[in-house]
Amino acid sequence: MEPKTKQFNQGASVALKDAKVQKSLLGLYDGFHSARIKAAAATDDWEGMRERAREIKAHAIENLDYYLALIEQNVTKAGGKVFFADNADDANRYVVELARARGVRTVIKGKSMVSEEMDLNHAFEKVGIESVETDLGEYIIQLAGEAPYHIVAPAIHKSRQDVSELFHEKLGSMRSEDIEELGREARRQLRGKFIQAEMGITGANFIVAETGTVVLVTNEGNGRMSTSMPKIHVAITGMEKVVPSMDDLGTFLRLLIRSATGQRLTSYVTTVTGPRGGDEVDGPEEFHLIIVDNGRFKLLANPELRESLYCIRCGACLNACPVYRKVGGHAYGWVYPGPIGAIVSPILTGLGEAKDLPYASSLCGACKEACPVNINIPRMLLVLRRELTEGTTYPDQKRASILERLGFRLWRLGFENPLLLKLGISVAKLAQLPFVKNGRVINMPLLSGWTRYRTLPVFPKSSFRSRWSMLVKLASRK
Amino acid sequence: MELPSDRKNKASLFVTCIIDQLNPEVGESTVRVLQRLGVELDFPTAQTCCGQPAFNSGYWSEAKPLARRFLETFTGEIPIVIPSGSCASMVRIFYQELFHDEPLWAEKVSSLAPNVFELSEFLVDVLNATDEIGAIATLAEAQEVLVTYHETCHLRREIGATTQARELLQALPNVTLAEMPQSEVCCGFGGTFAVKYADISGAMLKDKVDNIKISNAGTVVACDSSCLMHIGGGLEKQNVPAQPLHLAQLLDQAMG
Repeated sequence: MEPKTKQFNQGASVALKDAKVQKSLLGLYDGFHSARIKAAAATDDWEGMRERAREIKAHAIENLDYYLALIEQNVTKAGGKVFFADNADDANRYVVELARARGVRTVIKGKSMVSEEMDLNHAFEKVGIESVETDLGEYIIQLAGEAPYHIVAPAIHKSRQDVSELFHEKLGSMRSEDIEELGREARRQLRGKFIQAEMGITGANFIVAETGTVVLVTNEGNGRMSTSMPKIHVAITGMEKVVPSMDDLGTFLRLLIRSATGQRLTSYVTTVTGPRGGDEVDGPEEFHLIIVDNGRFKLLANPELRESLYCIRCGACLNACPVYRKVGGHAYGWVYPGPIGAIVSPILTGLGEAKDLPYASSLCGACKEACPVNINIPRMLLVLRRELTEGTTYPDQKRASILERLGFRLWRLGFENPLLLKLGISVAKLAQLPFVKNGRVINMPLLSGWTRYRTLPVFPKSSFRSRWSMLVKLASRK
Repeated sequence: MELPSDRKNKASLFVTCIIDQLNPEVGESTVRVLQRLGVELDFPTAQTCCGQPAFNSGYWSEAKPLARRFLETFTGEIPIVIPSGSCASMVRIFYQELFHDEPLWAEKVSSLAPNVFELSEFLVDVLNATDEIGAIATLAEAQEVLVTYHETCHLRREIGATTQARELLQALPNVTLAEMPQSEVCCGFGGTFAVKYADISGAMLKDKVDNIKISNAGTVVACDSSCLMHIGGGLEKQNVPAQPLHLAQLLDQAMG
């Protein structure tokens, strides 16, 4: 997917002005966010589980070379094929060539964020192969020609009216505002595709290394149909999705599902190990696992950012984030929105273009508080900010403006030198004078961003330090 | 209830640059509250700013001289009390990040950090003074107030002090706490974020103000002057009569 990370402010502005979008975003707090908190509170030793999950992921990522080799070995043993794709193009080429070689005309897709990175639907479109999203949210945004708005709920920004209108326009369906009827309509449309398709493509929530098993967590059943109905199943996933053992998987399933939707268990948890075996009655004839790098190695190579690879894509940080709940998913300009997107997108697509992402955060830490793997997202935002101002790690990064740099230099010198500070405060006091009304600064140039939404206090006559000796005297007199 | 009169607690006050320059009355209240509890306070005058604004903006090389200055000014032999969750977390948590590549300074941070306290956690966890504060306030018979509490981000999520301030509020006989919805959600301040991304920050602030209105409280209490400056500025801009008040000021008033 072509990154539009540079247009963060435009995207944010569009969302902020859209009352309908604001309403659905506001609903995330009482919806997914509160559901997660309730589910976590009802789970024994939730905190211990988070710590364990983090340890397991840290171990898996530190030993990624070993576990990826083990996965290849075990998938191959089970009769499947593993392809390691360096980038999106490699991954597209493999899967499109495979489809053409097998004469595939229709592909059904389960939800896969990596396939969004690859823009796989377009790659199929170019060679005349029909590729149909079967997750309801993904189906909606595919029809609308949009990118996912949310990692877990890609069409969260669409109202039932939007969907009704979309189905009417694209599918010629009857208009309806009954959600169940809209669901039935999608099912009617998709049923034929499921039967017709020669290839099913899914993502993978986890890959269990010790068995070579791909694990899918879904609520709609489309994922399981995509893995079992067509002759060929291709699972595409990022190289960080490794968990070492089936025991570890239990921990992650409990954390992922509760963190994503607040459910204790999704309707379906599907495990796929290779294609249909000799004594099995169903399943695909061919199984391919594509493990994608596409920039992840850059995260692996940087110890300060490595923990971003522990992410299990539950979306909890999006739901918890007060900025995401205002600007929505499209503002972030790439596949992964929200706090984790603000770390991953700049590195995967180019830090220089994604300058706003690390800065568009109040650093409130709600993401860190919500993360089931205890990923310290605010810390990494700070690291990226440092890279953007004075770093040397990423050659394409843009340096901060000279004016801002100078401003912080002066500010620091001021706080290092009491005389300079006094001078600075005196200048500031004079500067604010013309803008004071009823003892408050109401509208000040240079600070118009501030005064658009708030007033500012005026400087008091004396500072605390000048009052300190008086306070001590008063206290000793008592 | 008998008040221990011979208690000799000592602490160093880091008053923060924003309180020093913009809200000195918060510093004065902090001093009076601690003095009433028998804490012998020291105010090292070489202190200025902890460096957080530069650090948060990515200018770690500008933050470092100020952080070093802090580490030279405060030895950490006696507790360092900071009436700000944000500045306390800068020193206690983020200095470790700032000096991750300078072991000598990182070592100083490690030895100092356990002795750095935000005001509410110092009062509750170190002085164990909740009951004493309640007793003093009972004698003082201050005017009754209906307050709502805004949980500031760094106090909650970096310092991890989620209960202390509310515990203190509940100990004050003249104070009724009316919780607002989403009290733990960021007000949208975030330092330069509030200016650089003013529209996003403004939208977050509007939610906060709306939630404050729902509480019906006339006073919004928090443990950070910067957040209160932001919230107070928003309340005034939107003509909402509620007033921002630092916990130290509320305690000071209640303890008469």
